[in-house]
Amino acid sequence: MNVTRTHPFSDMFVMLGRSMRHIFRSMDTIITVAVMPIAMMLLFVYVFGGAMQVGNGRYVDYLLPGILLIAIANGVGYTAYRLFLDKQRGIFERFRSMPVARSAGLWGHVLSSLVSNAITVVVIVLVALLMGFRSSAGALGWLAVAGILILFTLALTWLAAIAGLSAKSMDGAIAFSYPLVFLPFISSAFVPTETMPSVVRAFAQYQPVTSIVNSVRALLSGNPVGSELWIALAWCLGIMIVAYLFAVRAYQKNT
Amino acid sequence: MKQMIQIQGLQKSFKNLNVLKGVDLAVEKGSIFALLGSNGAGKTTLIRILATLLPSDSGSASVAGSDVSVDPDRVRRAISLTGQFTAVDDVLTGRENLVLIAKLRHLPQPQRIADELLERFNLTEAANRRAGTYSGGMRRRLDIAMSLIGNPEVIFLDEPTTGLDPEGRIEVWNTIKALANSGTTVFLTTQHLEEAEQLADHIAILHEGKIIANGTLDALKRLFPPAKDEYVLKQPTLEEIFLSIVGGKE
Ligand SMILES: Nc1ncnc2c1ncn2[C@@H]1O[C@H](COP(=O)(O)OP(=O)(O)OP(=O)(O)O)[C@@H](O)[C@H]1O
Ligand SMILES: [Mg+2]
Repeated sequence: MNVTRTHPFSDMFVMLGRSMRHIFRSMDTIITVAVMPIAMMLLFVYVFGGAMQVGNGRYVDYLLPGILLIAIANGVGYTAYRLFLDKQRGIFERFRSMPVARSAGLWGHVLSSLVSNAITVVVIVLVALLMGFRSSAGALGWLAVAGILILFTLALTWLAAIAGLSAKSMDGAIAFSYPLVFLPFISSAFVPTETMPSVVRAFAQYQPVTSIVNSVRALLSGNPVGSELWIALAWCLGIMIVAYLFAVRAYQKNT
Repeated sequence: MKQMIQIQGLQKSFKNLNVLKGVDLAVEKGSIFALLGSNGAGKTTLIRILATLLPSDSGSASVAGSDVSVDPDRVRRAISLTGQFTAVDDVLTGRENLVLIAKLRHLPQPQRIADELLERFNLTEAANRRAGTYSGGMRRRLDIAMSLIGNPEVIFLDEPTTGLDPEGRIEVWNTIKALANSGTTVFLTTQHLEEAEQLADHIAILHEGKIIANGTLDALKRLFPPAKDEYVLKQPTLEEIFLSIVGGKE
């Protein structure tokens, strides 16, 4: 066997640089990703908020975690879109005929998804602060929130990668994110699940968004998190690992 | 090493479709080799196998002394591919596309490499524009320029001039000739006999999964004298007229 030099990390950073250029060159995509959840937040807080019975806190405090998840679900759609384009335009093929670490092309997109979603999350949190959102979480609490959101982003990004890499059309690549954006509505993101009819409540209580939303909400309000945190982490890690395996397979098969 | 590409009994099918049914070829170092064939003959399939993008079913192929299925990494180090369909990043500028490839090849001074190629391919003025705004010909030139980065020993060009105007085509032809003069081995496919004539030291014709003719232009001319002469006589005249009109305007 001969020794072949590959530079997986430097290749990956070159690819990340490329993806980040894509993202910053299309500020409209960042804005679109952030605007929809922000509009929803305004709508729910200022229009429906008065009628929402969510205990005695501010409604914006209650709502923010779900809005962040919707923003991320919305944001990973662009990763699917960019992966699909790279596959369709033969960009991946070009990289594959070069002495470039095979994984770099995929990881560049995944890391840039993390960066761009982090930007969106920060923007939305700032808007929420303007709307009166306050958190009593300490540094550790915020760190834990960041950790959960990063895991959630990775899990959805790998799902997006499956969609982008196996889709036959652009519409197919993007369509996968619609149900993801919808999931928070049937969860504890907007209203407590207790008020829902029993069938819906059963679904809402056991789907991943609820445990993630509840954990983030508890952390932000400085309340004890309890076992929901472990359920949330298990969901994120489980989805991430399974989606990762399928995404890598799709990458090897389709590019 | 005299033979840069060696192919023996190469076969490939897609499901029930037998595309390559035992291809044998050899390409000498520093030569320009043209593979001719009509639509669907399997030219792209063969190039993709040689460029390590597609596994073959049976037979063997080696490029720059390494077997494509045994040691694809080493083959990738020696080659460069310009696929049939332009693969440039539309969001990046022309210069950024070139810098990207230079960085991925871990070359020193990627900016300088990019500047040189931009100059050589008449893209300097458009260097800082997104490649998505380029014309088809400019995109193709950028595509080929990206392939030259790192001075690969063997360059595969899959229908490099399809979609180019006569001027663009001649530019690409000159680039290809210059490459071969500097010792690079060029393997190209084309549907135009005339292009093969202009460029190639060796010409092979792929038809129904097999190489039905293989040799120098002169040798091939002896095989099909009448049809060829007619084609050759017609084509350049049209081009000459076009070129003289375009040239005369300036
Ligand atoms: N991935 C694939 N799956 C199934 N069939 C394929 C695949 N790739 C190529 N083919 C088929 O193999 C045959 C040869 O295709 P190929 O692209 O190699 O032809 P070509 O000589 O390059 O043609 P063209 O001049 O149109 O580019 C075609 O019939 C094509 O439909
Ligand atoms: Mg082809």
